Amino acid sequence: MTATLIVLALIMGGVVFWLIYQTINVHPWAEEGPIGQHHAGGAYSIPAAKIGLVVFLCVATSLFSLFVSAYFQRMDFSDWRPLAEPDILWLNTAFLILGSLFFQRARNAAVGSQVDGVRNNLLIAGLLTFAFIAGQLWAWQGLQEHGYFLSANPANSFFYVLTAIHALHILGGLWVWSKTVFRIQNKTEIYQVRMSVELCTIYWHFLLLVWLGLFALLLST
Amino acid sequence: MAMAIILIFLVVGSVVFHFMSPWYFTEIASNWGAIDTTVTITFIVCGVVFVAANLFMAYCIIKYRNKGKNQRASYEPENKKLEGWLTAITTVGVVAMLAPGLIVWGKFVSPPENAAIVEVVGQQWQWSFRFPGKDGQLGTSDNRKISIDNPFGMNEEDPYGQDDVLIEGNEVHIPIGLPIKFLLRSKDVLHNFTVPQFRVKMDLVPGMVPWIWLTPTRLGTFEILCEELCGIGHHTMRGKVTVVEEEQFHEWLAQQPTYAMLVAQQPGNAEAGKAHYQVCAACHGVQGEGIHALNAPKLSGQEDWYLERQLTYFRDGIRGSNPNDLLGQQMAPMAAGLVNETLIRDIAAYVQTLPDEPSVQTVQGDVKNGRDLYTTCGKCHGKQGEGRWAVNAPRLAGMSDWYMVTQLKNFKHGVRGAQHPQDATGRQMESMVLSLNDKKINDLVAYINTF
Amino acid sequence: MAHVALADKEQELAHPKTWIGMYVWSQDHKIIGIQYIITATAVGVIALILSGLMRLQLGYPGVFDFIQPDEYYQAVTMHGMIMIVFMLTAFFLGGFGNVLVPLMCGARDMAFPYMNMLSYWVYLLSVIVVCASFFVPEGPTGAGWTLYPPQAITEGTAGADWGIICMTVSLGLFVVAFTMGGLNYVTTAFQARTRGMTLMRMPLSVWGIIMATILGLLAFPALLVSVIMMTLDKTLETSFFMPAISSLGENLSHEGGSPILFQHLFWFFGHPEVYIVALPAFGIVSDLISTHARKNIFGYRMMVWAIVAIGGLSFIVWAHHMYVSGMNPYFGFFFATTTLIIAVPTAIKVYNWVLTLWRGNIHLTVPMLFAIGFIFTFIHGGITGLFLGNVVVDVPLSDTYFVVGHFHMVMGVSPFLVVFGGIYHWFPLLTGRMLNDTMGKIHFWVTFLGTYAIYLPMHYIGILGVPRRYYANGTTEFLPDSVQSANVSITIAALVVAAAQFLFLINIFWSIFKGRKSARNPWRATTLEWQTADYPPKHGNWGKELPVVYRWAYSYSVPGAKEDFIPQTETPSRYTKGEGDV
Repeated sequence: MTATLIVLALIMGGVVFWLIYQTINVHPWAEEGPIGQHHAGGAYSIPAAKIGLVVFLCVATSLFSLFVSAYFQRMDFSDWRPLAEPDILWLNTAFLILGSLFFQRARNAAVGSQVDGVRNNLLIAGLLTFAFIAGQLWAWQGLQEHGYFLSANPANSFFYVLTAIHALHILGGLWVWSKTVFRIQNKTEIYQVRMSVELCTIYWHFLLLVWLGLFALLLST
Repeated sequence: MAMAIILIFLVVGSVVFHFMSPWYFTEIASNWGAIDTTVTITFIVCGVVFVAANLFMAYCIIKYRNKGKNQRASYEPENKKLEGWLTAITTVGVVAMLAPGLIVWGKFVSPPENAAIVEVVGQQWQWSFRFPGKDGQLGTSDNRKISIDNPFGMNEEDPYGQDDVLIEGNEVHIPIGLPIKFLLRSKDVLHNFTVPQFRVKMDLVPGMVPWIWLTPTRLGTFEILCEELCGIGHHTMRGKVTVVEEEQFHEWLAQQPTYAMLVAQQPGNAEAGKAHYQVCAACHGVQGEGIHALNAPKLSGQEDWYLERQLTYFRDGIRGSNPNDLLGQQMAPMAAGLVNETLIRDIAAYVQTLPDEPSVQTVQGDVKNGRDLYTTCGKCHGKQGEGRWAVNAPRLAGMSDWYMVTQLKNFKHGVRGAQHPQDATGRQMESMVLSLNDKKINDLVAYINTF
Repeated sequence: MAHVALADKEQELAHPKTWIGMYVWSQDHKIIGIQYIITATAVGVIALILSGLMRLQLGYPGVFDFIQPDEYYQAVTMHGMIMIVFMLTAFFLGGFGNVLVPLMCGARDMAFPYMNMLSYWVYLLSVIVVCASFFVPEGPTGAGWTLYPPQAITEGTAGADWGIICMTVSLGLFVVAFTMGGLNYVTTAFQARTRGMTLMRMPLSVWGIIMATILGLLAFPALLVSVIMMTLDKTLETSFFMPAISSLGENLSHEGGSPILFQHLFWFFGHPEVYIVALPAFGIVSDLISTHARKNIFGYRMMVWAIVAIGGLSFIVWAHHMYVSGMNPYFGFFFATTTLIIAVPTAIKVYNWVLTLWRGNIHLTVPMLFAIGFIFTFIHGGITGLFLGNVVVDVPLSDTYFVVGHFHMVMGVSPFLVVFGGIYHWFPLLTGRMLNDTMGKIHFWVTFLGTYAIYLPMHYIGILGVPRRYYANGTTEFLPDSVQSANVSITIAALVVAAAQFLFLINIFWSIFKGRKSARNPWRATTLEWQTADYPPKHGNWGKELPVVYRWAYSYSVPGAKEDFIPQTETPSRYTKGEGDV
């Protein structure tokens, strides 16, 4: 559980530190009056959707770190036979990195209000991501052909489960991506999709980081 | 006001209950008196907090309850000094409980070097035990090797295992005054080895071998319970540990079979059994088909290990000695002559050779209701009533239905099982049939007839 | 682009006109909260009936011949799982969280109303799936609420095929539902608070609910991970948790897995789960005590930090559920220490509740009775927790009725008293009518005294050594006959307490239609939820303008004030001339 503990300690530590920092020198009973700079009062000017996404990323981080913890614990048992990762994973990783890059370009274009730039970059990023998913399926296919079945060894089981959970997260992202693309095609004003593009970008960067972490874990064990 | 009075009543009542209630730790039988001491310390610290906090609350309610419109509460957002003191006192109380606890735990995790070893083997829903033989080492074992001929899953190649003493049948003896390390191994699911008088307990986990250690300090027989939910028979998973003097222990151990002896044991000889079976045939029929008129159940098709055990039980008075068990009492003298184990094995082996025709059906009942009831039974006796050696559950399918009705009633009314402490498997049936009544028994057997 | 908080965007709240739009597919947080409350209550009643069946069996073994061993263990399992997850978690966070967080923060609705609605419907689906398991072949799983493998998925357990799959699927759905709801509660509390509502002006209810939600968001994934891997072990024969075993004489194909790994994952969720239920109760009871004692909560800042500290610490104590599980015994030193450390902030909370009563002006209303009852039961449950947290004391007591008594006091009775207290307190807010006082008092006394009569003896028969999760004690030598008498009296008390809960339901139904109309702010509370534009509040809560908050939530009996409470929104005289910002 060490991996989880470290990750969660960081998250919880952040929450606890931030809350205590926010509250340490406050004497709420002694203050009277409408505190706060903007109209939303004491709350924060970051848009709700962004806070929601960040909170969700914490949940996903917890989920993946728990899988990784389980991976480490299970690895210690004698029946663990490391899996030779298919080479195509390197290509897939490249797809995902490029996808993330194009999302960043789309986001930059959205900030600069360039509709075409947003559309083109988004489409390329999405296609690259589809390529990643297809590549992952290809990798599964290859493993199956070589007899590395799900239940043959815990290392195999973890490989399938980790990649499947990661791919499911990506598919969820692609659903939001498709809605965004659809709205751009329908000639929505740029400011109406700016937020979606930005959130997708954050989400893709996050999933890229998760994948790099998982990939490094799979390669090193 | 009522609230305050009730609170005071509950506090006083709880304290009185603590001292007056007939329920507290059983008399200790191991070296873990220190555990009882830490429990007492915890009771004192917690008791003081419980009494003080609740009485203070009752006082506040009496003193500061609303008595009229003009009453006002005081305004006091916080009191750092008071809160600081309370935190400090609490911390002291916590340390007072934790420190002795951790010291005792230090003892718990370091078993003495010279501790004797005994392996406790758990399975659904029985205990068995294994002692290292003269070489002082347990042989290796593997759950994948478990079979009807090798219930311990012994590694037949391991020389250390040959002289291991195997105890099947829920009862074990251990010597007094010597530290013992119990190695806990499970064949299937999680179990928990608990003897309340020893205080310590630990789970049995398949795939690994947890342990506990203790030194028995009191002679006597104590009940072993499983305290980790292990399936529908969890509450029937009982055993016995008897603490005896060291000499008696060695005498007892010398009488128990080693693995090598069990492997070398000859299987029953059906030819030899045939001759002895002639006595049985008078009632049970030449083909072992059972004769209802003589109250003799069908034997053919029943598995040998079950026949062997029941014959032994009848012979040793474990079964058939209850005055209410009229039929069993008829059987007991018949089995009394089976003086050695070979005879019993031979007869059982001969019964295996008899043709297995389904017996005549005599019981009527609601099959659908019986099917629902059978869910529980099927866990041990098999979904088709085929019987399972691993849980000592005999075959039911195709056997004499009237006999099953009689026996279920016997179990229900304590005629079989309950009153014979040595009938470990019969005792298990006792609490499994609790919910059956005469009608349900007929329904159940009617369903078994459909197999 | 300057950001405008969602709460200010009037157009975001489409007011549906149809009945279905308003009450079924509603996106109004109050309606969703009520939907959660109704569903949780319904499954709670199922779980209550199951506990009655268990008690009949234990009190009168063999007399009530409709309870077979497999059914008993199924009742044990479903009672536990339903009460903990589908009832209490859903009630506190889905129910109270939904109703209270936006109202107490001064928001118009949750940050993501659509997702909030979806959260309820997925929760309902998970409830349907878990209830469906009563009707599958062999019935629901009988593995105990902890669902430990290998037992949960091998044949010797009731419902090891269909039942356990229904359970894991349902838990998976619940985690999804909870995550969608939880994102809402946290985001709303951080982003959509109204002007002037600083963190330290929030009522403790919001603090408790939000901290519990954060715990849930981080801990529920552990449950998800464990049920995913167990489902794979069951259906696709992987060996995450399954070692090589011989189940009822049949050698299974698994090998090498670790049952302990499941327990680590399960309790990594399971222990924070205790606080997911407890922290909202802590928060709500603080507000009840303060309001009905007409006194500010004593040591508000300590209360906040205690909630935060308990939340943080709750992630590093999980293995105290596993002292006798066969894990490395050296872990015991660490986990006993962390567990007993958590007692300090918890004790501070108890002191501060009692000190709030001290020199207060205590109105013994029905919600207050429940709050005081909670303090008593929580002290009791808390200190028995000190027994079980201290590793060496836990060893003789673990897996006995002491444990059953302990966790029922601390996370059964205590949170339920708060649930009831909260309902008596906020019922007028949602319906505009008061609950009947007499029925409320009967309900309280029977529940409070009855549950103590149930659980106090359980601790002692546990010390004696009666194991938990036994269908029948049968003939057990060290148990005197008096244990059976105890079981009989416990059963009778349990049936009486159960009957009182139906009186409570009758009270609710009766009062919805016939209850006395309530005044606008019947308890004369300071908090925002009583200051809405309409009473009871309508969709959007605040009419044209959001409220502005001028002070903390506990201005009770302020010296010099005309009334013994000053609502958070009451404009201080120096601001009445309309200058807004300071």
